[in-house]
Amino acid sequence: MVQFTPVAGPHTHGGTSTTHLMFLVIAALVPATVFGLYLFGINAVIVLLACVSSAVLFEYIGLKLLGKSTHSALDGSAILTGWLLALSLPPSTPWWIAVSGVFFAIVIGKTVFGGLGQNPFNPAMLGRVMLLICFPVELTDWRLPNPPQQGADGLLLGEQWLSTNAIDGVSAATPLSQLTGALPSLSELTTGHHAGSLGETSALLILLGGLFLIWRGIIHWRIPATLLLSIAIPAAISHAIAPESFGSASAHVLSGGAMLAAFFIATDMVTSPTSPKGQILFGIGCGVLIWLIRTFGSYPEGVAFAVLIMNATTPVIDHYLKPAVFGQPNRFSL
Amino acid sequence: MLGLRKKPFSGGIHPRGHKELTENTAIVSSEEPRRVCLSLQQRNGVVLRSHVNVGDTIVKGQLVASGPNDMCVPLHAPINGVVEAIQPHVSAHPSGLKTNTLMIKGNGDPTWGIPHVPCDTSKLTPEEIIQRVLDAGIVGLGGAGFPSGLKLRFARQKGVKTLLLNGGECEPYLTCDDRLMREKAAEIAEGAALMVRAIGCEQAIIAIEDNKPDSISTMQSAVADRPNLSVQIVPSLYPMGSERHLIKAVTGHTVPPGQLSTEIGILVHNVATAQAVFEAVRYQRPLIRRVMTISGGALEQPTNLIVAMGTLVSDLIARCGGLKMEAARLVAGGPMMGQVLPSPFVPIDKSIGGILALSADEIRAEQSHDCVRCGRCVNACPMGLMPFQMAAHSRVSDLDGARHFGLDNCLLCGACSYVCPSRIPLVQYFQHARSSLNASRTMERKSAHARQLTEARQARLMREAEAKKAAKAARSKTRKRPARTPRKKADSTDSTPTSN
Repeated sequence: MVQFTPVAGPHTHGGTSTTHLMFLVIAALVPATVFGLYLFGINAVIVLLACVSSAVLFEYIGLKLLGKSTHSALDGSAILTGWLLALSLPPSTPWWIAVSGVFFAIVIGKTVFGGLGQNPFNPAMLGRVMLLICFPVELTDWRLPNPPQQGADGLLLGEQWLSTNAIDGVSAATPLSQLTGALPSLSELTTGHHAGSLGETSALLILLGGLFLIWRGIIHWRIPATLLLSIAIPAAISHAIAPESFGSASAHVLSGGAMLAAFFIATDMVTSPTSPKGQILFGIGCGVLIWLIRTFGSYPEGVAFAVLIMNATTPVIDHYLKPAVFGQPNRFSL
Repeated sequence: MLGLRKKPFSGGIHPRGHKELTENTAIVSSEEPRRVCLSLQQRNGVVLRSHVNVGDTIVKGQLVASGPNDMCVPLHAPINGVVEAIQPHVSAHPSGLKTNTLMIKGNGDPTWGIPHVPCDTSKLTPEEIIQRVLDAGIVGLGGAGFPSGLKLRFARQKGVKTLLLNGGECEPYLTCDDRLMREKAAEIAEGAALMVRAIGCEQAIIAIEDNKPDSISTMQSAVADRPNLSVQIVPSLYPMGSERHLIKAVTGHTVPPGQLSTEIGILVHNVATAQAVFEAVRYQRPLIRRVMTISGGALEQPTNLIVAMGTLVSDLIARCGGLKMEAARLVAGGPMMGQVLPSPFVPIDKSIGGILALSADEIRAEQSHDCVRCGRCVNACPMGLMPFQMAAHSRVSDLDGARHFGLDNCLLCGACSYVCPSRIPLVQYFQHARSSLNASRTMERKSAHARQLTEARQARLMREAEAKKAAKAARSKTRKRPARTPRKKADSTDSTPTSN
């Protein structure tokens, strides 16, 4: 038998699906996440699990309210939102704070706008900013990593590593809050052995995940490259002029959420521009804003704010920076 | 060597080829069909006038129908036999439109009714070559189906410098041009040379995608002793077969949107058309058969066949061993731009290059989801458009919005739909928007025409009224004196027009 309903071509497909893309991004996050859990212990595990599971739950409720198929709750987009929010939180965050952040991210950030693909702002960053404003103390309570040590009889798990009580542990400053002072060494910044958010500490592992995504064609190099360059260039210039009051380019790029933002947050498909020129402008905007907020703003970290501000410009960018139509002369295209 | 490494144009995709199904077996000439159905309605809607009647005995190659002008190519009998009926029959139109069709019952005799002796082509003038191409009923065999002779004549008037022969064949599954280049390279080269003479251009370049090494080497040796012919290798990238993209890949020039390639001195023809031109000019043989790829995962024996025009798709499938599994879709053309066949009893016409019986695994039909604005369609679009925006506007019938994002420049190549992770049927939206636009344009044209007629009528009435008035005035002037005295009588005659 042959089916004879008329449909337009193409009568074949490349085979990718949104779910496939989302889970590849999650896979790329796994190394940095596992390393974060290794550094910060049980409480970090709780934060991650709380975020991911509550994200799926809220997404399920949201889809029900929207009258859409609830199968999409497991399509990876909600899991990714929860996951990214968890990675950007301090590992000592109480679980209920994390869950309220996820609620804001999924329900206010996404469902209210009509679900997947309709949200103007990156949901994870929206949740992050809400938490930072509502719970400033918990959200800036940074702990020194306390990874398991190789003891005489097997692995030695520190008391703080095993603790589920967020009050325990040694508070410490993040590299960003002391950008001009005593910084962790460059190797510490790269490998991630310093205080910071759950999944943002190891620049190297995030870079690896990001390169994997670029290699698989999930993201394009334009946003990450321009974002990092636009942090590095103003930082390098200002540092060269006044090293005592401005952080160096490497410190800016390797610390805080810059790497995670460049490869995983600013590249969010829904909220970033789609045209090549637009993506470059978006990356530059994010990078410059991150540097400006970090340097002159009252918050030590500016990633979430910068990304949200640029998210707001995305529709305008997409409207004006369309790609050049093939054959149209004298148009700059990438 | 331009752009073997670099992508010659932005966008484009690499769909799975599936060419291995048919590319390594020689073209098979199928036996004479028992019956052919020739639709009298052409693709552009013009209806041809039949020169034969029911019951007439006709011979292979005989002219059976022709149109009012050169825009409609004549139709020739593809087999020897008898006209059984002239009645409506399903055509290749996706809606299953029934058109008036000549049904010819064959007698199985494969000989041509009229002897086609080779002639010395070097003595023919360009206009004679063009006339022979027109008389043979040749249309572009790449799919567009425009009369080739007209294209040649137009190119000659425009002073085209370069003839580009499209051997790209970028559609997956199709290998008929590939096989033709391997098996009839000399004829293609001769056809190209004839077309070069007909146009009066300097050179012909045969462009072949780099995934056809055998075709490249065969064509290269076939053109080795012809200084004005050359072979150029282009990277395999869909849609390389698009005229504009092939021109960019071969010459580096771009055709401005909304213009024809002849504006920059280039004419593009398909390689199969060149072979048909050779037969038409050298033997004066009409186009009554073509090489077609019959393929697809649901087909028992995918083959390249020489098919007589008017053969039914069902006969072709039977010729290829039938279906080995349920065919989820029957497609005329390639899988990217081909059209769904409404029925297996559709007859083949000149512009169908392949028949695919695709299995469900090959189609990968899935439910579509919400757009996540991932931008893959923007990266894949060879025309530099924003397909997801066009689709969003088309979906709510905001046609102006869709045009703002490039609907008019869209090739409907399907690269965007192929890569869309949300399975949005983008091309379907664009076709819907295009046809709505066409419909509204037709309406506009009609109402403008109607307005024009009304205005013309009003102007005419006014003119007549004025003329009448002037005549009356003139008349009253001439008989001013005599009309004065019987005043009442004059008034009454004026008001009755019959008195004139």
